[in-house]
Amino acid sequence: MIKKERHVLIVLPHPDDEAFGISGTIAAYRKMGVPVTYACLTLGEMGRNLGNPQFATRETLPQIRKAELEKACEAMGLDDLRLMGFRDKTLEFEDDEKMVKLVEDLIQESNPSLVISFYPGYSVHPDHEATARAVVRAIRRMDETNRPKLYAVAFANNTEEDLGTPDIIHDIQDTIEQKLAALRAHESQTVWMMKELDEKLAAKDPERMKWVRYERFFSYKWDKDFE
Amino acid sequence: MEIVNQEHVQELLTSFANKDVYIHLETTNGSYASHFKEGFLNAGAFIRNVVIKFELGKIVGDSPHRVGLKLPSGWIYAQGITHYTVDEHDRLLLAGLDHEGKLSVALHISETPFTY
Ligand SMILES: [Zn+2]
Repeated sequence: MIKKERHVLIVLPHPDDEAFGISGTIAAYRKMGVPVTYACLTLGEMGRNLGNPQFATRETLPQIRKAELEKACEAMGLDDLRLMGFRDKTLEFEDDEKMVKLVEDLIQESNPSLVISFYPGYSVHPDHEATARAVVRAIRRMDETNRPKLYAVAFANNTEEDLGTPDIIHDIQDTIEQKLAALRAHESQTVWMMKELDEKLAAKDPERMKWVRYERFFSYKWDKDFE
Repeated sequence: MEIVNQEHVQELLTSFANKDVYIHLETTNGSYASHFKEGFLNAGAFIRNVVIKFELGKIVGDSPHRVGLKLPSGWIYAQGITHYTVDEHDRLLLAGLDHEGKLSVALHISETPFTY
Protein backbone atom coordinates (compact mmCIF):
# COMPACT_ATOMS: atom_id res chain seq x y z
CA MET A 1 0.00 0.00 0.00
CA ILE A 2 1.46 3.32 -1.07
CA LYS A 3 0.46 6.13 1.26
CA LYS A 4 -0.76 9.41 -0.14
CA GLU A 5 1.64 12.31 0.37
CA ARG A 6 1.41 16.09 0.29
CA HIS A 7 4.42 16.42 -1.99
CA VAL A 8 7.29 14.06 -2.82
CA LEU A 9 10.81 15.33 -3.46
CA ILE A 10 13.25 13.00 -5.20
CA VAL A 11 16.97 13.88 -5.12
CA LEU A 12 19.30 11.70 -7.18
CA PRO A 13 22.56 12.29 -9.03
CA HIS A 14 22.09 10.38 -12.30
CA PRO A 15 19.45 10.13 -14.97
CA ASP A 16 18.28 6.47 -14.65
CA ASP A 17 18.80 6.32 -10.84
CA GLU A 18 15.05 6.79 -10.56
CA ALA A 19 14.21 4.09 -13.09
CA PHE A 20 15.53 0.98 -11.35
CA GLY A 21 13.93 1.14 -7.93
CA ILE A 22 11.71 4.23 -7.71
CA SER A 23 9.91 4.72 -11.03
CA GLY A 24 6.92 2.53 -10.18
CA THR A 25 6.50 4.48 -6.95
CA ILE A 26 6.77 7.82 -8.73
CA ALA A 27 4.17 6.74 -11.29
CA ALA A 28 1.89 5.57 -8.47
CA TYR A 29 2.12 8.93 -6.69
CA ARG A 30 1.39 10.77 -9.90
CA LYS A 31 -1.62 8.53 -10.51
CA MET A 32 -2.91 9.51 -7.04
CA GLY A 33 -2.41 13.16 -7.93
CA VAL A 34 0.52 13.65 -5.56
CA PRO A 35 2.94 16.32 -6.85
CA VAL A 36 6.45 14.95 -7.37
CA THR A 37 9.57 17.07 -7.84
CA TYR A 38 12.64 15.28 -9.16
CA ALA A 39 16.01 17.02 -8.83
CA CYS A 40 18.60 15.23 -10.94
CA LEU A 41 22.05 16.54 -10.12
CA THR A 42 24.08 15.52 -13.18
CA LEU A 43 23.47 14.27 -16.71
CA GLY A 44 25.51 11.11 -16.19
CA GLU A 45 28.20 12.52 -18.44
CA MET A 46 30.72 9.86 -17.39
CA GLY A 47 28.63 6.78 -18.03
CA ARG A 48 30.57 3.94 -19.61
CA ASN A 49 27.57 2.79 -21.59
CA LEU A 50 27.24 4.49 -24.96
CA GLY A 51 24.39 2.36 -26.29
CA ASN A 52 24.53 -1.08 -27.84
CA PRO A 53 25.19 -0.88 -30.72
CA GLN A 54 27.06 2.23 -29.68
CA PHE A 55 25.26 5.42 -30.75
CA ALA A 56 26.58 7.99 -28.25
CA THR A 57 30.07 9.40 -27.78
CA ARG A 58 31.49 10.73 -24.54
CA GLU A 59 30.69 14.23 -25.86
CA THR A 60 27.12 13.58 -27.06
CA LEU A 61 26.16 11.45 -24.06
CA PRO A 62 24.90 14.30 -21.80
CA GLN A 63 22.32 15.57 -24.29
CA ILE A 64 21.26 12.03 -25.15
CA ARG A 65 20.81 11.17 -21.48
CA LYS A 66 18.90 14.39 -20.89
CA ALA A 67 16.43 13.44 -23.62
CA GLU A 68 16.17 9.91 -22.21
CA LEU A 69 15.44 11.30 -18.75
CA GLU A 70 12.71 13.55 -20.13
CA LYS A 71 11.18 10.56 -21.87
CA ALA A 72 11.31 8.53 -18.65
CA CYS A 73 9.63 11.37 -16.77
CA GLU A 74 6.90 11.44 -19.37
CA ALA A 75 6.39 7.69 -18.88
CA MET A 76 6.08 8.18 -15.11
CA GLY A 77 3.77 11.19 -15.47
CA LEU A 78 6.34 13.37 -13.72
CA ASP A 79 6.14 17.01 -14.78
CA ASP A 80 8.51 18.76 -12.36
CA LEU A 81 12.03 17.74 -13.35
CA ARG A 82 14.94 19.92 -12.20
CA LEU A 83 18.31 19.53 -13.86
CA MET A 84 20.87 20.83 -11.40
CA GLY A 85 23.84 21.07 -13.77
CA PHE A 86 26.62 19.27 -11.90
CA ARG A 87 29.10 16.96 -13.58
CA ASP A 88 28.95 13.23 -13.12
CA LYS A 89 31.50 11.79 -10.66
CA THR A 90 32.41 15.18 -9.19
CA LEU A 91 29.76 15.67 -6.49
CA GLU A 92 31.94 14.49 -3.61
CA PHE A 93 34.55 17.07 -4.59
CA GLU A 94 32.08 19.96 -4.49
CA ASP A 95 31.84 22.11 -1.38
CA ASP A 96 29.76 19.99 1.05
CA GLU A 97 27.95 23.02 2.41
CA LYS A 98 26.88 24.04 -1.09
CA MET A 99 25.35 20.60 -1.60
CA VAL A 100 23.41 20.84 1.67
CA LYS A 101 22.17 24.29 0.70
CA LEU A 102 20.94 22.95 -2.61
CA VAL A 103 18.81 20.34 -0.86
CA GLU A 104 17.62 22.86 1.73
CA ASP A 105 16.42 25.15 -1.04
CA LEU A 106 14.57 22.31 -2.75
CA ILE A 107 12.88 21.35 0.52
CA GLN A 108 11.98 24.92 1.31
CA GLU A 109 10.43 25.42 -2.09
CA SER A 110 8.49 22.17 -2.41
CA ASN A 111 7.64 21.58 1.27
CA PRO A 112 7.63 17.80 0.84
CA SER A 113 6.05 15.33 3.24
CA LEU A 114 8.44 12.71 1.84
CA VAL A 115 11.96 12.85 0.41
CA ILE A 116 13.41 9.91 -1.54
CA SER A 117 17.16 9.58 -2.10
CA PHE A 118 19.99 7.14 -1.46
CA TYR A 119 21.08 5.79 1.93
CA PRO A 120 24.45 7.22 3.03
CA GLY A 121 27.05 4.49 3.39
CA TYR A 122 25.03 1.93 1.41
CA SER A 123 24.64 3.33 -2.07
CA VAL A 124 27.95 2.31 -3.70
CA HIS A 125 28.57 5.10 -6.24
CA PRO A 126 30.47 8.16 -4.90
CA ASP A 127 27.82 10.48 -6.39
CA HIS A 128 25.03 8.50 -4.70
CA GLU A 129 26.89 8.80 -1.41
CA ALA A 130 27.53 12.55 -1.77
CA THR A 131 23.86 13.11 -2.63
CA ALA A 132 22.72 10.98 0.30
CA ARG A 133 24.95 12.88 2.74
CA ALA A 134 23.63 16.23 1.55
CA VAL A 135 20.01 15.08 1.84
CA VAL A 136 20.45 13.70 5.37
CA ARG A 137 22.30 16.83 6.51
CA ALA A 138 19.66 19.15 5.11
CA ILE A 139 16.82 17.27 6.82
CA ARG A 140 18.75 16.86 10.07
CA ARG A 141 19.03 20.64 10.36
CA MET A 142 15.28 21.00 10.31
CA ASP A 143 13.18 21.15 13.41
CA GLU A 144 12.26 17.53 14.21
CA THR A 145 8.54 18.20 14.08
CA ASN A 146 8.79 19.70 10.59
CA ARG A 147 11.00 17.06 9.02
CA PRO A 148 9.70 15.21 5.99
CA LYS A 149 10.02 11.43 6.02
CA LEU A 150 13.12 10.14 4.28
CA TYR A 151 12.96 6.93 2.25
CA ALA A 152 16.42 5.82 1.20
CA VAL A 153 17.53 3.32 -1.43
CA ALA A 154 20.38 1.05 -0.31
CA PHE A 155 22.04 -1.65 -2.35
CA ALA A 156 25.61 -2.05 -1.09
CA ASN A 157 26.63 -5.66 -0.54
CA ASN A 158 26.56 -5.22 3.25
CA THR A 159 23.13 -3.53 3.36
CA GLU A 160 21.15 -6.37 4.84
CA GLU A 161 23.89 -7.21 7.31
CA ASP A 162 23.91 -3.66 8.69
CA LEU A 163 20.43 -2.26 8.08
CA GLY A 164 18.33 -5.39 8.09
CA THR A 165 15.42 -5.67 5.67
CA PRO A 166 13.70 -2.63 4.15
CA ASP A 167 10.72 -1.42 6.18
CA ILE A 168 8.99 0.26 3.23
CA ILE A 169 7.95 -2.04 0.41
CA HIS A 170 5.81 -0.69 -2.41
CA ASP A 171 3.90 -3.12 -4.57
CA ILE A 172 3.85 -1.25 -7.89
CA GLN A 173 1.87 -3.81 -9.88
CA ASP A 174 -0.51 -1.07 -11.07
CA THR A 175 2.30 1.01 -12.58
CA ILE A 176 4.59 -1.75 -13.78
CA GLU A 177 4.17 -0.77 -17.43
CA GLN A 178 5.21 2.81 -16.66
CA LYS A 179 8.22 1.47 -14.81
CA LEU A 180 9.30 -0.72 -17.72
CA ALA A 181 8.78 2.24 -20.06
CA ALA A 182 10.96 4.41 -17.81
CA LEU A 183 13.69 1.76 -17.77
CA ARG A 184 13.48 1.43 -21.54
CA ALA A 185 13.62 5.22 -21.98
CA HIS A 186 17.20 5.22 -20.67
CA GLU A 187 18.20 3.29 -23.73
CA SER A 188 21.88 4.22 -23.85
CA GLN A 189 22.31 2.78 -20.35
CA THR A 190 19.77 -0.02 -20.08
CA VAL A 191 19.68 -1.80 -23.44
CA TRP A 192 21.96 -4.59 -22.12
CA MET A 193 19.88 -5.10 -19.05
CA MET A 194 16.47 -4.81 -20.76
CA LYS A 195 17.30 -7.61 -23.13
CA GLU A 196 17.96 -9.90 -20.17
CA LEU A 197 14.99 -8.54 -18.21
CA ASP A 198 12.52 -8.98 -21.09
CA GLU A 199 13.61 -12.59 -21.52
CA LYS A 200 13.27 -13.32 -17.81
CA LEU A 201 9.90 -11.61 -17.56
CA ALA A 202 8.64 -13.47 -20.63
CA ALA A 203 9.73 -16.71 -18.93
CA LYS A 204 7.98 -15.51 -15.73
CA ASP A 205 11.20 -15.81 -13.73
CA PRO A 206 9.94 -15.37 -10.14
CA GLU A 207 13.06 -13.55 -8.83
CA ARG A 208 13.05 -10.95 -11.57
CA MET A 209 9.28 -10.46 -11.39
CA LYS A 210 9.61 -9.78 -7.70
CA TRP A 211 12.51 -7.40 -8.32
CA VAL A 212 10.42 -5.35 -10.74
CA ARG A 213 7.19 -5.43 -8.78
CA TYR A 214 8.39 -4.53 -5.28
CA GLU A 215 10.29 -1.30 -4.66
CA ARG A 216 12.19 -1.36 -1.43
CA PHE A 217 13.19 1.55 0.79
CA PHE A 218 14.64 2.08 4.23
CA SER A 219 13.24 4.78 6.45
CA TYR A 220 16.37 6.66 7.43
CA LYS A 221 17.42 5.59 10.90
CA TRP A 222 17.95 8.89 12.73
CA ASP A 223 18.92 7.00 15.88
CA LYS A 224 21.84 5.49 13.94
CA ASP A 225 22.79 8.64 12.04
CA PHE A 226 25.77 8.23 9.69
CA GLU A 227 27.72 11.05 11.41
CA MET B 1 32.40 5.91 -33.79
CA GLU B 2 34.31 3.65 -36.13
CA ILE B 3 37.07 1.11 -35.63
CA VAL B 4 40.38 2.95 -35.74
CA ASN B 5 41.81 3.52 -39.20
CA GLN B 6 45.40 3.96 -38.16
CA GLU B 7 46.51 6.01 -41.12
CA HIS B 8 43.59 8.38 -40.82
CA VAL B 9 44.02 8.84 -37.06
CA GLN B 10 47.72 9.52 -37.63
CA GLU B 11 46.85 12.28 -40.10
CA LEU B 12 44.37 13.76 -37.64
CA LEU B 13 46.86 13.69 -34.75
CA THR B 14 49.42 15.45 -36.90
CA SER B 15 46.86 18.11 -37.83
CA PHE B 16 46.59 19.09 -34.14
CA ALA B 17 50.35 19.27 -33.53
CA ASN B 18 52.00 22.57 -32.59
CA LYS B 19 48.70 24.25 -31.75
CA ASP B 20 47.07 25.08 -28.45
CA VAL B 21 44.55 22.28 -27.99
CA TYR B 22 42.10 21.23 -25.28
CA ILE B 23 42.45 17.72 -23.91
CA HIS B 24 40.02 15.28 -22.33
CA LEU B 25 41.72 12.15 -21.00
CA GLU B 26 39.99 9.51 -18.95
CA THR B 27 40.43 5.93 -17.88
CA THR B 28 37.72 4.08 -16.00
CA ASN B 29 36.56 0.70 -14.76
CA GLY B 30 33.14 2.14 -13.97
CA SER B 31 32.03 3.15 -10.50
CA TYR B 32 30.63 -0.28 -9.71
CA ALA B 33 33.76 -2.35 -10.33
CA SER B 34 34.49 -3.01 -6.67
CA HIS B 35 30.77 -3.52 -5.95
CA PHE B 36 30.59 -6.42 -8.39
CA LYS B 37 34.01 -7.73 -7.52
CA GLU B 38 34.88 -7.05 -3.91
CA GLY B 39 38.50 -6.29 -3.27
CA PHE B 40 38.98 -4.96 -6.80
CA LEU B 41 41.11 -1.82 -6.75
CA ASN B 42 39.04 0.62 -8.75
CA ALA B 43 41.61 2.94 -10.29
CA GLY B 44 41.07 5.60 -12.90
CA ALA B 45 41.98 9.15 -13.82
CA PHE B 46 40.20 12.06 -15.46
CA ILE B 47 41.38 15.37 -16.83
CA ARG B 48 39.34 17.75 -18.96
CA ASN B 49 39.78 21.08 -20.69
CA VAL B 50 43.45 21.38 -20.00
CA VAL B 51 45.30 23.28 -22.74
CA ILE B 52 48.47 21.74 -24.10
CA LYS B 53 50.64 21.99 -27.19
CA PHE B 54 52.27 18.82 -28.45
CA GLU B 55 55.06 18.63 -30.96
CA LEU B 56 54.56 15.04 -32.04
CA GLY B 57 51.52 12.81 -31.91
CA LYS B 58 51.65 9.11 -32.79
CA ILE B 59 49.31 6.16 -32.92
CA VAL B 60 51.02 2.77 -32.75
CA GLY B 61 50.31 -0.93 -32.31
CA ASP B 62 47.63 -3.23 -33.66
CA SER B 63 44.19 -2.66 -32.18
CA PRO B 64 43.89 -1.89 -29.31
CA HIS B 65 46.23 0.98 -30.19
CA ARG B 66 48.37 3.26 -28.12
CA VAL B 67 48.42 7.01 -28.70
CA GLY B 68 51.22 9.22 -27.42
CA LEU B 69 51.63 12.98 -27.49
CA LYS B 70 55.10 14.41 -26.93
CA LEU B 71 55.06 17.81 -25.21
CA PRO B 72 57.98 20.23 -25.00
CA SER B 73 58.60 19.05 -21.44
CA GLY B 74 56.35 16.08 -20.89
CA TRP B 75 54.08 13.37 -22.25
CA ILE B 76 50.48 12.30 -22.57
CA TYR B 77 49.53 8.81 -23.62
CA ALA B 78 46.50 6.54 -23.72
CA GLN B 79 46.36 2.82 -24.35
CA GLY B 80 43.49 0.55 -25.32
CA ILE B 81 42.21 2.79 -28.13
CA THR B 82 39.85 0.93 -30.48
CA HIS B 83 37.43 3.51 -31.93
CA TYR B 84 37.46 7.07 -33.21
CA THR B 85 35.38 9.78 -34.75
CA VAL B 86 35.69 13.42 -35.73
CA ASP B 87 32.57 15.14 -34.43
CA GLU B 88 30.66 18.11 -35.82
CA HIS B 89 32.98 20.49 -33.93
CA ASP B 90 36.05 18.99 -35.62
CA ARG B 91 37.16 17.38 -32.38
CA LEU B 92 39.05 14.12 -32.51
CA LEU B 93 37.43 11.63 -30.14
CA LEU B 94 39.46 8.49 -29.48
CA ALA B 95 37.95 5.77 -27.32
CA GLY B 96 38.66 2.29 -26.09
CA LEU B 97 35.51 0.18 -25.95
CA ASP B 98 35.65 -3.20 -24.23
CA HIS B 99 34.08 -6.44 -25.50
CA GLU B 100 30.65 -5.26 -24.30
CA GLY B 101 31.04 -1.85 -25.94
CA LYS B 102 31.65 -0.06 -22.66
CA LEU B 103 34.06 2.82 -22.54
CA SER B 104 37.35 2.09 -20.78
CA VAL B 105 39.52 4.95 -21.99
CA ALA B 106 38.96 8.21 -23.85
CA LEU B 107 41.32 10.78 -25.33
CA HIS B 108 39.75 13.82 -27.01
CA ILE B 109 41.63 16.63 -28.75
CA SER B 110 39.95 19.90 -29.70
CA GLU B 111 40.89 23.43 -30.74
CA THR B 112 37.87 24.74 -28.82
CA PRO B 113 36.96 24.08 -25.19
CA PHE B 114 34.78 21.11 -24.29
CA THR B 115 31.52 21.81 -22.48
CA TYR B 116 31.97 21.96 -18.66
ZN1 LIG C 1 23.55 6.42 -10.24
